Amino acid sequence: MPENCIYIARSSAIAARALAGEMMVMNSADSTFFTLNEVATAIFQAADGHTALRDIVRDQVCEQFDVDPEQAQADAEQFVAELSSHGILLVSSQPLSSEAP
Amino acid sequence: MSLMSEVGQKAFNLGVPIAVHMDVTYRCNERCVHCYLDHDDHGEMTTAEIKDALDQLAEAGVFFLTFSGGEVFMRRDFFEIVEHARHLMFNVKIKTNAVMIHEKEARRIRELGVDTIQISVYSHRPEVHDAITKLPHSFDRTIKAIRFLREQGLRVTIANVLMTVNSSDHSGVQKLAAELGVQYTLDPTITPMMDGDTSVLSLRIPGEELPEIFHNPALVGSQEEFCAPPKPPSEEDLEGYSCSAGHSFCYISPYGDVFPCVQFPLPTGNIRQRKFLDIWNFSPEMKEVRSIQAKDLTVCSSCSHVTSCTRCPGLAYVEGSMRGPSTADCEKSFYRTGVPTENMLRQGLSKPRTISGTTATLIQIRPIAVPA
Repeated sequence: MPENCIYIARSSAIAARALAGEMMVMNSADSTFFTLNEVATAIFQAADGHTALRDIVRDQVCEQFDVDPEQAQADAEQFVAELSSHGILLVSSQPLSSEAP
Repeated sequence: MSLMSEVGQKAFNLGVPIAVHMDVTYRCNERCVHCYLDHDDHGEMTTAEIKDALDQLAEAGVFFLTFSGGEVFMRRDFFEIVEHARHLMFNVKIKTNAVMIHEKEARRIRELGVDTIQISVYSHRPEVHDAITKLPHSFDRTIKAIRFLREQGLRVTIANVLMTVNSSDHSGVQKLAAELGVQYTLDPTITPMMDGDTSVLSLRIPGEELPEIFHNPALVGSQEEFCAPPKPPSEEDLEGYSCSAGHSFCYISPYGDVFPCVQFPLPTGNIRQRKFLDIWNFSPEMKEVRSIQAKDLTVCSSCSHVTSCTRCPGLAYVEGSMRGPSTADCEKSFYRTGVPTENMLRQGLSKPRTISGTTATLIQIRPIAVPA
């Protein structure tokens, strides 16, 4: 899947809440629990299913944090892959909607 | 320290209410012999009021949300409430007797992404369970519901409240939990009734029987660790706080009253009258609860158990002072370790007095009058 057409959405199985700028995320299916740093939180919050990951990285990450765009894109893809493997994020080459519980 | 503990500590330090227990009703279809609740409806929050409260809790940073009662499914709008809570991305746990859960309800609970369902089971013997709940066939219905929930892949915990009438059944219930593929928790705490009636305390397991429970590795894990004599407290320990009540946890009644904990009947405000965050941040009662450090405890600050005791400030409050000892926890500390507590020594006792006859002043958790 080319990196420029990745769309991400939050799974309906998760619980999430920000605590002092960091996002707590828990998947009720297996009780995996994560805390996301500020950059990851920005990506997670922007995961609306119809904004491409590259646009999220450009508008939310590079805009707000002092990071190299290429490195930010690579890190974002790795982060998305990890959360996707735990069922926290849904990934598609097509726009998708965040699942309603 | 686990990641979960780290987050809990962070919320505690920041004063964020990371966990809330909300009773959506006190009505119930069972009449358990030990229950402390008045089951009449004195003006429960409406669906809209609960949804508004949930919006406020999400804004306040609440992550872990427990719905309980009464029996939650006595509310016809319960799924609508859970749906709203999950839309707000709370981690939702439900406490229920499960007798109203069938295949359809189990499927809906799974669809809503509920984290855990905690279900009360008092005995592996149907006749004992039904005699406690006073609802015929409740055991069969509850166990059937657990199977429906498990078929949906849901995480279920059996909560086994132990009292005189079922004190020998914990191993049977534990075995049943294993057969059903669910977790098991045991609780020997019986709480006085909301109207101040202490007669239910006669159901408490006599202290002399607690060692059998506390020294059972199947129930407490490492006996060596659990029953270890208390370590002398450090200065840092004495700067510490009792528990999360009022620091990162609170309780909301079906009438909108906010308390530091479900076992701490100190009214701090009502969300029908004030915003939740206003109560949480500025209620003088909440601030007072939050201010109490181990060194401030009138008796317990000089007790050798002060760092390891499960002292409940709510039960202490019910006994007369939130800074005083909680006799039930003194008893547990003694029977767990064999070491007398400061509270006992001051009264010249070599073993705890029986608690069932207590005449402690009780304060009822009841609705605060709200103007129409």
